[in-house]
Amino acid sequence: MAARRARAAAALLLGCCGAALASGVQDQAEQFFKSGHTNNWAVLVCTSRFWFNYRHVANTLSVYRSVKRLGIPDSHIVLMLADDMACNPRNPKPATVFSHKNMELNVYGDDVEVDYRSYEVTVENFLRVLTGRIPPGTPRSKRLLSDDRSNILIYMTGHGGNGFLKFQDSEEITNVELADAFEQMWQKRRYNELLFIIDTCQGASMYERFYSPNIMALASSQVGEDSLSHQPDLGIGVHLMDRYTFYVLEFLEEIHPASQTNMNDLFQVCPKSLCVSTPGHRTDLFQRDPQNVLITDFFGSVRKVEITAETISLDPNLAAFESKPPKDELAAEPLKYAEQLPVAQIIHQKPKQKDWHPPGGFILGLWALIIMVFFKTYGIKHMKHIF
Amino acid sequence: MAAAAGAAAADEAEKARGRRAALSFAAIAVVLGLPLWWRTTETYRAALPYADIAALGELSFQLAAPVAVVFAPGSLPGDLPRPLPFRETQEEETLLNPRTSIMSRYEMVYRSTTAQEEAALDAVTVQEADATLHPLQDASLGSLTVYVIPETSSLLPQCLTGSRCLAGYEITFSLLNPDPKSHAVHWDIEGAVSHYVQPFLDKLSFMANFSVDSQILYYAVLGVTPRFDKESSSFLLSAHSLPHVINPVEARLGSSAASLYPVLNFLLYVPERSHSPLYIQDKDGALVGTNAFHSPRWGGIMVYNVEGPAPPQASLPLRVDVDMVRVMEVFLAQLRLLFGVSREVLPPEFLLESPGNEGLADWELDRLLWARTVENVATVSTTLTSLAQLLDKIGNIVIKDDVASEVYRAVAAVQSAMAELATGRLHSAFQASKEAVTSSERAFFDPSLLHLLYFPDDQKFAIYIPLFLPMAVPILLSLAKIFREAKQRKKEPTKTD
Repeated sequence: MAARRARAAAALLLGCCGAALASGVQDQAEQFFKSGHTNNWAVLVCTSRFWFNYRHVANTLSVYRSVKRLGIPDSHIVLMLADDMACNPRNPKPATVFSHKNMELNVYGDDVEVDYRSYEVTVENFLRVLTGRIPPGTPRSKRLLSDDRSNILIYMTGHGGNGFLKFQDSEEITNVELADAFEQMWQKRRYNELLFIIDTCQGASMYERFYSPNIMALASSQVGEDSLSHQPDLGIGVHLMDRYTFYVLEFLEEIHPASQTNMNDLFQVCPKSLCVSTPGHRTDLFQRDPQNVLITDFFGSVRKVEITAETISLDPNLAAFESKPPKDELAAEPLKYAEQLPVAQIIHQKPKQKDWHPPGGFILGLWALIIMVFFKTYGIKHMKHIF
Repeated sequence: MAAAAGAAAADEAEKARGRRAALSFAAIAVVLGLPLWWRTTETYRAALPYADIAALGELSFQLAAPVAVVFAPGSLPGDLPRPLPFRETQEEETLLNPRTSIMSRYEMVYRSTTAQEEAALDAVTVQEADATLHPLQDASLGSLTVYVIPETSSLLPQCLTGSRCLAGYEITFSLLNPDPKSHAVHWDIEGAVSHYVQPFLDKLSFMANFSVDSQILYYAVLGVTPRFDKESSSFLLSAHSLPHVINPVEARLGSSAASLYPVLNFLLYVPERSHSPLYIQDKDGALVGTNAFHSPRWGGIMVYNVEGPAPPQASLPLRVDVDMVRVMEVFLAQLRLLFGVSREVLPPEFLLESPGNEGLADWELDRLLWARTVENVATVSTTLTSLAQLLDKIGNIVIKDDVASEVYRAVAAVQSAMAELATGRLHSAFQASKEAVTSSERAFFDPSLLHLLYFPDDQKFAIYIPLFLPMAVPILLSLAKIFREAKQRKKEPTKTD
C-alpha cells in the first residue's frame, strides 16, 4: 500500500510535469507560426572605401538608423564601415552623411556607434564576427553574442560580382565562404533565423550557395545585372544612395515597432520599373511561410516578457547571513588589471613547430638538375630521344 | 662491318641507358615527389577522437537516485510485500528526444523511522518538524506516510526553459527615478543584497561565478505612456505594451560595459508623481499582484508605488524609503525563474516547505543541478559533433595540437560526467560536465579555426600547373617514346639480323 502510494506520489509528480508539458504543447502549436526568437541582432557591413563610394556608407547608415528606430539597441548591432565619409577631406559638409538629395536627412549624428571602422573591415574580421572565433580581449561591442534564439539581420553593400563581394578594394569574399560561415553559425546554434540582404551588383549570386536552414535572403539584382545608384547630389558631388536600399528604406519608414507587415511586402519593394535591376529573394531554406514572417521579427526587437506571478516569502527578522571566512581572505586580495599580454604563455611556449618548406628556388633547382642530367646522358644532339 | 655492328651495339646500349634514365626520373618524381608535395601542402589536422565523438551523439543517461521511504510508527500499511526494511529497484525510461533517453533507477528502501526522526515528526507543526536537514513531506490522511527524499531528488527535470548554464553572471540592480524633483528615493541595496541575494548566490556559487552591482539612474523613463483609469484613479500599463518597455531603457543601463559575462538586470521603477500610482495589467485586465514582469535571459522590472497620496503641504522632494523586503521577494522570485527553478504544482495532499531566506530549497538545487548537468552534456555532444561535421564538410580548417587536446579533454570529461551520474554522485558529475563545456567551447571557438580563405579548384590548378608542367612534359614524353619503341620492337622482333 505504501509502495503503491509512494509510486502514486511519484507518478503524480511526474504527471504534473506531464500536464505542464501538455499545456505547453498547446502553447507550442500557437507559437508554431510565430518566430521563436527572444532577441535580435544586426550585422551591417559596408565594404567599399574611397570617396566615390559614399553611397555605400550612406546605405549602411540608413539601415542602421531604421533598425535602431525599430528597437534594436546598439549593444546588439555590429556596424562595420570601411571608410570614413563624414570626416573625409573631400566632404563639403563635414561630420554629416546625407542619404537624400538636397541634404534632407543626415544619417550620421552623435549616437552612431561604429564597431569596425576603416581598415578593420576585412574578410577575416567579418568571418570572425559571424563564426564567433574572435581573439580573446576583443571588446564586447565587437562581438556577435547571439544564441540559438536570436534572429539576425545581415546587411551587406559594396561592389560585387558573380559569386564574390569586394572588400576594401583589395580582397574578396566568395559565396562559398559566406555559405560555410553560415553553416558554422548553424552548427553552433548561433542563430534562430537569419535574414540576409545584399545590395551589390549581381547580388543574387551571393546567396546561391547557402545550404543551412532558416535563412532568408534578398538581393538587389540578379546575376548578370548591375545594381544602380539612385541620385547624385550636386552639392556633395557623389551619388548618395543605391536604388534598392532607397526604396527599402522608404518601405521601412512605414513600419513601427508594433506593425504586422510581413515579408511578402518586402519582396515587392523596388520593382524593375523603379530599380532597373530585378531584385531577387530566396526562401526555400526558411521553415516558415514568408506570409507569417513579420518585418519586425528581423528589423525590430520586441522582447518576450512574462508577468511575474509568484513571489517567495522572506523573513526580515533573520540575522544577516554570516559570510564565510574564506570570503574575507579573497576580499583582501589586491585588485589588479586583467592580463593584457599573456606573458607566461609566451615565455613558456614550446618552440613553434615550423612547417617544413623546401628551400627557395626549389623548383628552379629541380629544373636545372633535370635538364643537366638529360644533357649529360644524351648530349644536346640527342634531344631527339625526347622529342 | 664490325665497326658498324659495334656502333649499333653502342647505340643500343646508349638507348637502353637512356630508357633506364627516363624511367628512373619518372619513378623518382612519382614515388618521392608527389607524396612530398602532398604532405607539404595539406592543411594540418591533429588527430581527433572521431569515434568517441560519434558515440556521444547517442546519449543515454543513467540516473541513480536512492530513495528512502520511511514509515513513522502507526503508519505501516498491512499489505507490504516484504517485512521492513527491504529494498526495491524501480527503473523508468523517459525519452527526451529520439536519440536521448534517461533511465532513472529508483533504489527504494523501505524502513521505519529512527528515534530522531520520530522525535522530529512528533513536532506540532510542519515547520517545526523540519528540524532535520532533509525536507519532509507530510501526507495528511490520518496515516503518516512519510516520504523522505534524501540528497538526490527523484523528480525529473522540467523543460529546460531557464537561461543556458554559463560560466558566470553579472547581476545588476538598478533604481530608476524619473522624477527626482518629487521623490528622493533611498534604498538600502547593500544590506538587501547581503541579507537576501547573497545567500541565494552562495548556494549556487559552485555552478557559476556571480558578481553583483547596483546603480541609480535619474530621469530614466520607461518609454511607454501609461493609460489613466478613471475608476481606480490610477495609471495602468497593459500587458501588450510591456515588450516595448525594455529596449529604450536598456541603452542607459550600461550593461555592455560591465563584463564579458551576460548581465541580468533587475530594475526598480518609481513612477513620477504625475503618473502615480502605476499598476501593471495582465492579459485579462486584472492587476498583477507583484506589479512586476520579467523577460527570459534579460532580467526583471518591478514598479514601486510610493505609499499613499502625499499631504498637500509636504515639501517636495518627498523622502521615499524603499521597502527592500517586498522588493527582494519579487526580485528573488524572478531570479529563480530566470534560472529555471519554478514552483511545482502539487496535489492538495502535499505541503511544500518554503525555501526560506536562502531562496532555494535543497531539493530544488538538486533538481537544478541535475538539469544543468544534462544540459551541459547535451551541449558538449552537439558542439563536438558539429565540430566533427564541420571538419568533414570544410576541408580547409586547421586543427592545431592544443585544440585537439581540448577536444580530448572534453570527451574524457563528458564520459566521466556520465559515469558519475550513473552512480548518483551529482556534485562531481556537475563539475565534470562544467569542465567539459569549457573545454569544448574553447576548442570550437579557438581563433585558429578560421578556415583558410576559400581556394576554388580552378585556382589551385592555376597555381600548380606552371610549376609542374615543365617538369612533367619531358618525363611523360620520354615515357611515351619508350612505350612506343617497346611496342615496335615486339612487332618486329627480327629487325636486326
